[in-house]
Amino acid sequence: MSGVVALGYASSWGAALVRISPYTFSAIGIAISIGVSVLGAAWGIYITGSSLIGAAIEAPRITSKNLISVIFCEAVAIYGVIVAIILQTKLESVPSSKMYDAESLRAGYAIFASGIIVGFANLVCGLCVGIIGSSCALSDAQNSTLFVKILVIEIFGSALGLFGVIVGIIMSAQATWPTK
Amino acid sequence: MYGFEALTFNIHGGYLEAIVRGHRAGLLTTADYNNLCQCENLDDIKMHLSATKYGSYLQNEPSPLHTTTIVEKCTLKLVDDYKHMLCQATEPMSTFLEYIRYGHMIDNVVLIVTGTLHERDVQELLEKCHPLGMFDSIATLAVAQNMRELYRLVLVDTPLAPYFSECLTSEDLDDMNIEIMRNTLYKAYLEDFYKFCQKLGGATSEIMSDLLAFEADRRAVNITINSIGTELTREDRKKLYSNFGLLYPYGHEELAICEDIDQVRGVMEKYPPYQAIFSKMSYGESQMLDKAFYEEEVRRLCLAFEQQFHYAVFFAYMRLREQEIRNLMWISECVAQNQKSRIHDSVVYMF
Repeated sequence: MSGVVALGYASSWGAALVRISPYTFSAIGIAISIGVSVLGAAWGIYITGSSLIGAAIEAPRITSKNLISVIFCEAVAIYGVIVAIILQTKLESVPSSKMYDAESLRAGYAIFASGIIVGFANLVCGLCVGIIGSSCALSDAQNSTLFVKILVIEIFGSALGLFGVIVGIIMSAQATWPTK
Repeated sequence: MYGFEALTFNIHGGYLEAIVRGHRAGLLTTADYNNLCQCENLDDIKMHLSATKYGSYLQNEPSPLHTTTIVEKCTLKLVDDYKHMLCQATEPMSTFLEYIRYGHMIDNVVLIVTGTLHERDVQELLEKCHPLGMFDSIATLAVAQNMRELYRLVLVDTPLAPYFSECLTSEDLDDMNIEIMRNTLYKAYLEDFYKFCQKLGGATSEIMSDLLAFEADRRAVNITINSIGTELTREDRKKLYSNFGLLYPYGHEELAICEDIDQVRGVMEKYPPYQAIFSKMSYGESQMLDKAFYEEEVRRLCLAFEQQFHYAVFFAYMRLREQEIRNLMWISECVAQNQKSRIHDSVVYMF
C-alpha cells in the first residue's frame, strides 16, 4: 500500500487511512459486533416465529419443543453482547504522541476486525438457524418424528456463530496498545 | 432474487403459509377414502367425516342427508379457509389469492347465462353458484340479452372486465356462443394469471408456471375433444388455446386440425409428460382421460408443497380441496345409488 510506505506523502488515500484514529476503528468494531449480531438474531427469530405461530394453530403440541429454535437464535445475540463487552475492556488510552504509532494502529485494527468477524458470523448464523427453525416447525407439525433430525441440522448451523466468536476473541487478544 | 426468498418471505407470508400447511395436513388420505368407500349409506359417511376436519360443518345436519348437502357443507369449509387467509394477506399475496377466485367467477357467469337461456329461475341458479365466485350484481346477469349488454350492465365493474375484450360481439347468446365465451374468458384469465406469476418471480413463478401450463394444455385437449364433430371451425378452435404451455405453439397447430381422438393421442404422445398419461389408456378409451388428467394434476399439486417460501402452496391447497370435494361427491353418489362397484372409477387418491 503506497500510503503506508510513504507516510509523509500527506495527500494520498493510504495516508488518509492511517490518519484515522485507531479509536474510531475500535468503536466501529464494537458497534458492529453487537449491532449486526442482534440484526442476525432478530432476523432469525422472526423467520422462525411467524411459521411457528401459524403451524401451532393446527398442531398445538409443537410450541414448547420448537422454542429451541428461537433460543438458538437468541444465543447468537448473546455472543455479540459478550464479545462487545470483551472488546470494550481492551480499549486503553495512549498519549497523543503515540496515537499513530504502528502498534496503536494494530490494536485499533485488531478490535475492528474482531467486531466485524463476530458481527457478520452471527448475522449469517442467525439467518441460518432461523430458516431451519421455520422448516423444523412446519415439518414437526406434519410428522413429529422429524423434529430431532432437523434439530441436528440446526445445531450444526449454530456452531457457525461460535466459530466467529472464537476467532474474534483470538483477534482481540492481540489488541495491545503501546505502553506510556 | 431466486434462492433468497427465505430471507424476506416470512415477513408477510410466514404465518399464512404455516396455516395453509396445517390445512393441508387435514386433507383426506387413502385410508380415509377406504373407510368412506365401505359405507353403506349417507349417515355412515357423515359419521366418518365427523372425525375429519369436516366434522363441525356436518354435525348439525338433520338425518335424511342428501349428497348435495354434503357437497355444500364441504365447500363451505373451503370458502371459510379461503376467506380467513384472504383477510390476513397483504399485497402481493392478496392479489394472488384473488386470482384463484376468477375461475369460479367465470363458471358462475356462464352458469347463470346458460340457465337464463333455458328459462330457469334466477334464485335457483344463484343457489347453484360456487360461493367463491360470487360478486355483487351477479343476479343482474339474467337480464342481459347479448354479450355487449352482458359486459356493459354487469361485468364492467367486476375483475373479469379486462378478459372480455376478445369476446365482445353483438351476437345473441346461444349455447355455442356461451361455450366459446367461457373458453375465451378462461383463456384470458389463464394468460393474465401466468403473466402475474412471472412478475412475482422466484419459486412462485417457477411452480405456478408449471401448474398453469398443465392447466392450459389440459384445457386445450378438452376443447379439442369436445369440439370434434361440432361446427366449430379450425381457426376458432385455435383461438381458444392459451398462448403458453408445453403445447404452444406447435402442439396447438397440430391439435387444431385433429378430427378424432386417435389423432389427438398421436399429437400428445410426442410430448413426454403427456405420453405417460395417454399410454395408460388403450386405444379408443376416452372416458379414463379425465381421471388420468386429474391424477396428473394432483401429483403436481402435491409436489408444490415440497418447497417453502412461495405462494403456489395456496393455489395447490385450493385445488386439492376442490378435488377432494369432487371425490366426496362421487363417493356419496355411488353410496346413495348403491353402485359401490363403480366407486373406484373416479376417486383420485392424494396421499
